[in-house]
Amino acid sequence: MEVTTESANTSNAPARARQESPLQNDASSRQSGTPRISITVDDTRKVRTLNVKAAVDNLNFYYGQHRALKNLTIPIADKQVTALIGPSGCGKSTFLRCFNRMHDLQPDTRYEGSITLHPDNLNLVGSGVDPIEVRMRIGMVFQKPNPFPKSIFENVAYGLRLRGVRNRATLGEEVEKALRGAALWDEVKDRLQDSALALSGGQMQRLCIARALATTPEILLFDEPTSALDPIATAKIEELISTLRDQVTVLIVTHNMQQAARVSDYTAFMYLGELIEFDEAAKIFTNPSKKATEDYITGRYG
Amino acid sequence: MNQSISRPGLSQNALRYRKVRDRIVEVFLLAAGLVAVFTTLAIVAILLYESSAFFEHVPLKDFLTDTMWTPLFADAHYGILPLVAGTLTTTIVALLVAVPLGTTIAIYLSEFAPHKVRETVKPILELLGAVPTVVYGYFALTMVTPFLQIFMPDLPGFNMLSAGLVIGLMIVPYVSSVSEDAMRAVPRYMREGSYAMGATRLQTALRVVVPGAFSGLAAAFILGISRAVGETMVVAIAAGMQPNLTFDPREPAATITAYIVQVSLGDLPHGSIGYQSIFAAGLVLMLITLIFNVIGFSLTRRFREAY
Repeated sequence: MEVTTESANTSNAPARARQESPLQNDASSRQSGTPRISITVDDTRKVRTLNVKAAVDNLNFYYGQHRALKNLTIPIADKQVTALIGPSGCGKSTFLRCFNRMHDLQPDTRYEGSITLHPDNLNLVGSGVDPIEVRMRIGMVFQKPNPFPKSIFENVAYGLRLRGVRNRATLGEEVEKALRGAALWDEVKDRLQDSALALSGGQMQRLCIARALATTPEILLFDEPTSALDPIATAKIEELISTLRDQVTVLIVTHNMQQAARVSDYTAFMYLGELIEFDEAAKIFTNPSKKATEDYITGRYG
Repeated sequence: MNQSISRPGLSQNALRYRKVRDRIVEVFLLAAGLVAVFTTLAIVAILLYESSAFFEHVPLKDFLTDTMWTPLFADAHYGILPLVAGTLTTTIVALLVAVPLGTTIAIYLSEFAPHKVRETVKPILELLGAVPTVVYGYFALTMVTPFLQIFMPDLPGFNMLSAGLVIGLMIVPYVSSVSEDAMRAVPRYMREGSYAMGATRLQTALRVVVPGAFSGLAAAFILGISRAVGETMVVAIAAGMQPNLTFDPREPAATITAYIVQVSLGDLPHGSIGYQSIFAAGLVLMLITLIFNVIGFSLTRRFREAY
């Protein structure tokens, strides 16, 4: 499967090839089994070709009778940051929570379609797929920092312990690595045994990122990770997310347009459970092809 | 507030009336609160007053160190230790039942039970707390003790074991109800954080919810201890009434409460030393409960989680 997102040279051209279908099958990539996403960048006319980490195909999600997500089809590029934007209630958090099956905790919810995780083609929302197995591979950072009522060390070691790691030396190494990865090590290295609840809000959120990183997830989901933080803590988290793209695929829901523009490589605009537009972040924020997208990012509604 | 004063249509009289009415309600509410405070103070004052008369006859040293409690015998001894031992033994047996059982039930109800099951089981559990304690007393004496005697043929008809077990069952609803409330108060995003790491429901319950609800659980256990220490009818009926300095639950013994009820039932002359000994015993009982409450309070404070 090849995903081709081409931007027309003349930006105001009413007809775009891309509008036909953003997803195309390609014989050569099907052979190799690795889906690719190819983007023609507007100004430099350079073609970037990236691997697809997860392919969302015709995803529908239901709360009881209510259809909250409608036929979503989006490629999630490997080791890139993809942002989901849209007004409140548009389904972006609902969409994010499909990736780690958080909806399974609520009764009477149903998925249709597929989210195929590459390289092993696991359908994350498949009915036969164990949600715990999915969550073992996909990490999540929540809107409100939610460290556990344990020490800083034990918070980061939590996922490792769940996976049966008992060796103290291994735990220590992994915890340090994760805390360094979340840019928190220097601030907490002398008080790893202190309660995590004594940290500041921004530190708590970085601790939650470290907690998620410790188990080396393949995709890291961020659900409005800075909406409860002050601007300085927000800046630190954004910087961190930018550095994370080297090691993990990031999917982030945000209400903050500037944030999406700053941190994301790709941006999906959703409205009322539907995908309105998906493109490179630079394209979405400078020259969106849909009127609704433009209205939203310029603050006309939402 | 300032707005309403300047609002046209409310006369000065109406405003004054509102103020007076507010004041009256406030005084009334304060008085209601003070009833509880004064009752407590009065109880403490009477206990102290009557026991001070007791301690004029009995040196404090004898009271605390003598190993016999025989205030009504010709050869009177006034050592509180046997009664304290009886009280602690029945309480410990009760807690060994109530804490594991109550916590397990609470974990099930809060983390595992479907909504319908929880709404059905909880009221039934709480109904257990509505059974009169005298019923529990005879349950211990006529059902539990004979049952235990199947396995322990030497067990006396009156013993602290069966009394303690039944008190334990009796306070399970208190422990489980308060514990469950505490666990349900752990916010959903905390559980989600655990599930998102790939935890199972049991792992989430034991590793995140229970530590998160620790202060509430401590409160539940303290409530259970207070109930067990103060329980009277079950021990009076099933544990025998002989003061006996032992921590062996298989033996018969009297607790502080059992002694008080035993003596109050008899016809002791008002002001006699036997009569005053009730108050000294009562004072000790209150101190024990107070100590547990202070421990519970400090535990709760130390482990309070700010969500």
